[in-house]
Amino acid sequence: MEVNWLVILDFIPQLLKGAQVTVHITVVGLLGGVVLGAIAGLMRAYGNVLVNSIAFVYIEVIRGTPIVVQVMFLYFALPVLASIRIDPMTTAIMAIVINAGAYIAEIVRGAVLSISKGLTEAGLAIGLPRWKVIVYIVGPLAFRRLIPPMGNQFIVSLKDTSLFIVIGVGELTRTGQEIMAANFRAVEIWSAVAVMYLIMTGLLSLGLRIIEKRMRIL
Amino acid sequence: MSDTIIEFRNVSKHFGSLKVLDEVDLNIYKGEVIVLVGPSGSGKSTLLRCINGLEKITGGDLIVNGRSVLGGNDVTREIRQEAGMVFQQFNLFPQMTALQNVAFGPQQVRGLSRREARALAEELLDKVGLAEKANHEPAELSGGQQQRVAIARALAIKPKVMLFDEPTSALDPELKQEVLNVMRDLAAEGMTMVVVTHEMNFAKQVGTRLIFMEHGTIAVDGNPIEVIDHPPNQRMMEFLQRVE
Ligand SMILES: Nc1ncnc2c1ncn2[C@@H]1O[C@H](COP(=O)(O)OP(=O)(O)O)[C@@H](O)[C@H]1O
Ligand SMILES: [Mg+2]
Repeated sequence: MEVNWLVILDFIPQLLKGAQVTVHITVVGLLGGVVLGAIAGLMRAYGNVLVNSIAFVYIEVIRGTPIVVQVMFLYFALPVLASIRIDPMTTAIMAIVINAGAYIAEIVRGAVLSISKGLTEAGLAIGLPRWKVIVYIVGPLAFRRLIPPMGNQFIVSLKDTSLFIVIGVGELTRTGQEIMAANFRAVEIWSAVAVMYLIMTGLLSLGLRIIEKRMRIL
Repeated sequence: MSDTIIEFRNVSKHFGSLKVLDEVDLNIYKGEVIVLVGPSGSGKSTLLRCINGLEKITGGDLIVNGRSVLGGNDVTREIRQEAGMVFQQFNLFPQMTALQNVAFGPQQVRGLSRREARALAEELLDKVGLAEKANHEPAELSGGQQQRVAIARALAIKPKVMLFDEPTSALDPELKQEVLNVMRDLAAEGMTMVVVTHEMNFAKQVGTRLIFMEHGTIAVDGNPIEVIDHPPNQRMMEFLQRVE
């Protein structure tokens, strides 16, 4: 079979739909992941022994196992263990939330701990309650340091959505696979899929770079 | 006794098994300028930091302005509003201008309006000679200027006592004096001060009392001029030779 790039044109609408699903899972999953990660990261940075340990175990379990295994566990093992059945799309989003949450927790913890202890003490010493020190002093400083590694995680998570092919979610990779199975245009379709991922990650990088430029890193 | 402002009652402080303060008894009276000296590791910073609860005491009791530091979070915060602290490393909030650094406390802690807090901050920056630096960020100021802003920030919460932990140790010699002068003015106004420092001239000229610490205990407590000119024990004599 000769390579014919024009065949891609026929499948663009279908691929765009797949890309849309990818974006949807990524955005919703990362929103949840940022919230979960911020909570777990703050638990690690500020929690007492118990609170800290809970976050620590969560982070280590997730970072220590492949995301495919996590997805399989959510989709196939959870129904057996807890008789909870969740549809593939929800599973995919949950997997990103839980997986990205663990990595983001470490990013948040690192950023918070990178802010000198002296600043926290200076805040406490003028009589501020600890939460105000975190919100007004440490938070804004940590946030600036958070952006580069956070951007990296966003890109990783976006690409991780391609794994949901294993539970049949119709995201971009799965869509490419389906088209390929019907017409065997491997070169054209996988090139097109790769380019679409590149466009998505490229836009993400660009957005992050703009935010980074706007904010002076102290 | 009514003019006692800080009272250490048999205070001990342990870090794990390390005993850093060893059953310290000490009364500090209003208007005193106490100069705290001693070898590195003798517990000077720890003693100071116990007063405003940055370190928790592990034995005895410590009363600041009539409240025990063991009284819980709310009391600790009240105590901190009565005891301002100045750190060796200045610790100014880097994302804020000098003015914002000073205005932040009164606004967040004392409940002043934004306008009142700014007015107070301008007044205090003027007092430390930095009125024209109000809108500069800490990174744009010299060490001596940063430390003067830090003093203004601590004064802005209207404390009854000021705690200084080696306020000039991180400064080049030529910048020390501007900070010491601000402290001198403060003492002249009657502010109660506890100052950890190696500046023996300051101790003699401004201090009303000198405490020499050793291994977490108070080894010498006396008139600065007398005990510096005639050290009552061998180790203090050796210490003075090293700092001079
Ligand atoms: N947070 C801490 N954890 C463990 N040990 C500490 C801590 N802070 C101080 N120490 C120890 O307590 C002793 C007294 O320290 P410090 O009060 O800082 O002495 P100084 O200010 O007189 O140099 C030192 O041996 C120091 O290593
Ligand atoms: Mg010290």
